[in-house]
Amino acid sequence: MNKASLYLDLTFRALADPTRRSIIERLSQGEASVSELAHPHNMSLPGIVQHLALLEESGLVRSEKVGRVRTCRIEPAAFSLAEQWLDQRRAQWDRHLDRLGEHLQRFPDGEPE
Amino acid sequence: MTSPNPPSRTVAHGVFTIEKIYPSVTPRRVFEAFASPHAKSNWFVAPNDQLVACERSMAFQVGGRERLECRWKSGLVSRFDAVYFDIVLGERIVYAYDLHLDERKVSVSIATFEFRDSGTGTKLIMTEQGAFLDGYDDNGRRQQGSLELMDKLGDFLKA
Repeated sequence: MNKASLYLDLTFRALADPTRRSIIERLSQGEASVSELAHPHNMSLPGIVQHLALLEESGLVRSEKVGRVRTCRIEPAAFSLAEQWLDQRRAQWDRHLDRLGEHLQRFPDGEPE
Repeated sequence: MTSPNPPSRTVAHGVFTIEKIYPSVTPRRVFEAFASPHAKSNWFVAPNDQLVACERSMAFQVGGRERLECRWKSGLVSRFDAVYFDIVLGERIVYAYDLHLDERKVSVSIATFEFRDSGTGTKLIMTEQGAFLDGYDDNGRRQQGSLELMDKLGDFLKA
């Protein structure tokens, strides 16, 4: 697997889970400690730490431990425009092809006049 | 500080593949939906409140061109310019295209569509291989890109 598709794979895997998406959403508003992230999810710290590990692996999130507090933030450098371009292009095509599917269901035998 | 900075000449390469199963329709039928401006406009361009107007021209034949120019509410003009390189009736389409945003050439890509019989319908495999040009990787623009991405990611998460 080449680097770009590996990266996309990790990114999509990271974003495939609702808890991880809400962590990203929270972090896009500013950095937060692990316990601040755990709180709204009513989740154990080890559970959150596991999600954060996947997000860090994808490069979307970085964390840093200062004293006893681990602080997490979005990693903007992970979102280079090239990756943005691929992600967007892929997402756009995914939507186009879903619409094509709906269109084909409505008109299975041929294009409407 | 020197300003404005010349663009950094960089290329980033990428590839993605999407597979879809369309039940109860033949590969020929799915192919048909790609084969004329009329057919394509029946499903391709989505209503979008950010989109002001689109113009399409299309010559679906090997060596023929397709052009789609869209004006966006922000004032941005995107221009897709493609040449068809391979057309196998009911089976495969390959085109190469470049994409401009205003005057900037953003990417040059090859897109391949394969239409396969899945037994009960059609499996469509789309692969895009691209070169992303002058990746705006100087810090300012990259930062800008990241901010835009965060907005888009936000939209995506809300959708």
